[in-house]
Amino acid sequence: MIRNLEQLLAVKEKYNKAMKKQTSSLLLCAGTGCMANGAEQVYNALKDELAKRDVLVTVDYLLEDGCGGITTTTTGCHGFCEMGPLVRVEPTGTLYVKVKPEDAAEIVEATVNNQVVERLLYRHPNTGEVYQRESEIPFYKYQTRVALANCGEINPEDIRNYIAHDGYQGLEKALRLSPQEVVQMINDSNLRGRGGGGFPAGRKWAIAAAQESDKKYIICNGDEGDPGAFMDRSVMEGDPHRIIEAMAIAGYAIGADEGYIYVRAEYPLAVQRLRTAIKQAQEYGLLGKDIFGSGFNFELKIKEGAGAFVCGEESALIASIEGERGMPRPKPPFPAVSGLWDKPTIINNVETLANVPEIIRKGVDWFKSIGAVKSPGTKTFALTGEVANTGLIEVPMGTTMRHVVFEIGGGVRQNKKFKAVQIGGPSGGCLVEEHFDLPLDFDSLQAAGAMVGSGGLVVMDENTCIVEIARFFMNFTQNESCGKCVLCREGTRRMLEILQKIVEGRGTEEDLDLLEEIGESVQIGSLCGLGKTAPNPVLTTLKYFREEYLAHVVEKRCPAGVCQALKRITIVADLCKGCSRCARVCPVGAIEGEIKNPFVINQEKCIKCGACIESCKFNAIVEVS
Amino acid sequence: MSRTAEVDLNVVDWLNNVIAEHGSTPSALIPVLQEVQKKHNYLPEELLTYIATALNLSPATVYGVATFYAQFSLDPKGKYIIKVCDGTACHVRGSLPIYEAIRKRVKLVDGKATTDDGLFSVETVSCLGACGLAPVITINDQVYGQVTPEAIDLIIDVLEKREGM
Ligand SMILES: Cc1cc2nc3c(=O)[nH]c(=O)nc-3n(C[C@H](O)[C@H](O)[C@H](O)COP(=O)(O)O)c2cc1C
Ligand code: SF4
Ligand code: FES
Repeated sequence: MIRNLEQLLAVKEKYNKAMKKQTSSLLLCAGTGCMANGAEQVYNALKDELAKRDVLVTVDYLLEDGCGGITTTTTGCHGFCEMGPLVRVEPTGTLYVKVKPEDAAEIVEATVNNQVVERLLYRHPNTGEVYQRESEIPFYKYQTRVALANCGEINPEDIRNYIAHDGYQGLEKALRLSPQEVVQMINDSNLRGRGGGGFPAGRKWAIAAAQESDKKYIICNGDEGDPGAFMDRSVMEGDPHRIIEAMAIAGYAIGADEGYIYVRAEYPLAVQRLRTAIKQAQEYGLLGKDIFGSGFNFELKIKEGAGAFVCGEESALIASIEGERGMPRPKPPFPAVSGLWDKPTIINNVETLANVPEIIRKGVDWFKSIGAVKSPGTKTFALTGEVANTGLIEVPMGTTMRHVVFEIGGGVRQNKKFKAVQIGGPSGGCLVEEHFDLPLDFDSLQAAGAMVGSGGLVVMDENTCIVEIARFFMNFTQNESCGKCVLCREGTRRMLEILQKIVEGRGTEEDLDLLEEIGESVQIGSLCGLGKTAPNPVLTTLKYFREEYLAHVVEKRCPAGVCQALKRITIVADLCKGCSRCARVCPVGAIEGEIKNPFVINQEKCIKCGACIESCKFNAIVEVS
Repeated sequence: MSRTAEVDLNVVDWLNNVIAEHGSTPSALIPVLQEVQKKHNYLPEELLTYIATALNLSPATVYGVATFYAQFSLDPKGKYIIKVCDGTACHVRGSLPIYEAIRKRVKLVDGKATTDDGLFSVETVSCLGACGLAPVITINDQVYGQVTPEAIDLIIDVLEKREGM
């Protein structure tokens, strides 16, 4: 039981002192990505090898006055998922990538002898340069980690490790302030919601704090619906105590004694880690009754989502916790006034909350010294698609897209040509080369017709078809529309039909105007953000890539060569010997010609099965787009 | 007759326990349905009516919730549920060819989602949160990253062998 600051700091000191007594430690990433790539086997192999050499020690051994040896710890996601499983050696900071169980012996041997296994170091895919330390790799070097500070650093299943990293000091400090002072600090920090909207958290807290009510709630929104973002997952899995601490602080600030963490159905590991963390926090007296002897009580519950994107919207999320169909409700009243079971309720995103403990502990000025003036702090981005270094990153707000994609991301995969970045998922828009120097923050992106959204950032190269991507997003939102509003329900369906027609080569120029017209109506006539933003991907791509749409509808051509229906199979007359073999294999009789003269394919009849291509002995038949 | 009655009673006992654990209030509905889905891989109709009565809700409300969320299924699913991620990151790295390859490998035709022998269900989901490893699939919560159509063959071979096929 921890009752005061002194006891909290004692846990920290003891832990840190004990850790200094080991010679090295091996930190193994056990995020979802690395686990999928066999991190558990690597972990076991490392333990076996350490035990064989009689150098394996545990944290508990070190805490109980043991000395020397090497520990292995599983941590949350380091972010560099593509290179996993990752193993970092401390105190040198050496990073090994794509580690296999067979490599364990070599790693242990080298660590014991203060050497490095060269062949397992990271090699930059585009430049070929080799890096030893994690902190030197461009992917990490240019990051500033606040929300993700502990992810990959600590064992998420050990509360002592969190406390050793200054955990729960923010809560302790908050409880010595008045609730009004805490709200004021968050307000002054200008922390804006990372769940998409960018609404100032302090303003929301102030409204809820001002309500007279016998009961209030805090909800952490861990629904993370954007298909292509996984920062919330990484925080919940890699640093669950930070969420607990933040929610307790929020609870104290607004006068709530109960909180819910709403976790997406697809995140079983996050649920498990949060459960463990809640249990430990209760055991340490950091959740429950009379926390830090302040008289403040706080309890947390976990709610697992059941698979509906719209439940990320706050009023739908509340409906879902209440056991109903997750349909948005009209606002006002806002949840801060009347939310869960009609009580004042604060809903904040996981990443928003992840910033709270440090703002309280380190102060408002520290927070405001990072990032952009109107959007202080950092933002995480899930960098994916055709980029050399995929993974999860965190940079100061206002960092340029060029920096993110080319310095951190390492540029486009295989040095291909950059085409666009889709940011903000199905509600966002796309950015093109002219936006390279655009600062990535709430206001700049909004002005460019895109949005930070959840922070999904998908890089597309010349081989990605923009129209197909627009169709993909529309298909997603159409599927996820809850059906309450006619324009969202029917409008997205019509837009999807038109896009489908276009990628199948049946579109017309008028269809493009129609898309814009319906899109604007859907934006106006929808209740919640899903409908209001659903047309964004189509509208922004129509703006920046109209040529590509026109190629599809006028020339019936897909410049990226993606749309199957627009592919054409033709015979290169110069190469054709007129043997008639292809005409005989064509299942629909689409090939005609005279023996010893070049044959031709009747495009009207051709079903693009490709049988002729395979049959031709002279490689005279090709697919063109 | 006697045998089915016995089985049903066991299920009812189990269900009563689950309901008691979550409290018989309307907000228990989704967690209870989740447990049933987990145990049976689908929501048997007769249990829905039972749950409605136990939670003091109309069968229509329960049915409405059961059909709203993607996690719930009213039809039995296969022993192995293969989810192919078709989130943005996976989509641009070619998730649809993977989906087609799996369907072909387990011989699913005519838009069916579950094989006739009840072994495999194949579905798409939006983002499994492992985008760094795109394209991603999961089989009963086990995650496979950077899959290729060739890898699919190997994975399914192993599962079929395990089932003695
Ligand atoms: C369709 C839709 C989906 C949303 N999905 C999420 C989500 O997955 N996670 C999230 O934190 N916020 C999501 N939001 C935003 C929430 O409604 C809410 O604004 C947010 O959780 C507030 O937290 P913040 O102020 O800390 O960002 C979504 C909104 C809409 C309209
Ligand atoms: S805009 Fe769409 S998702 Fe939102 S409430 Fe209306 S129908 Fe439902
Ligand atoms: S898009 Fe497939 S895991 Fe995220």
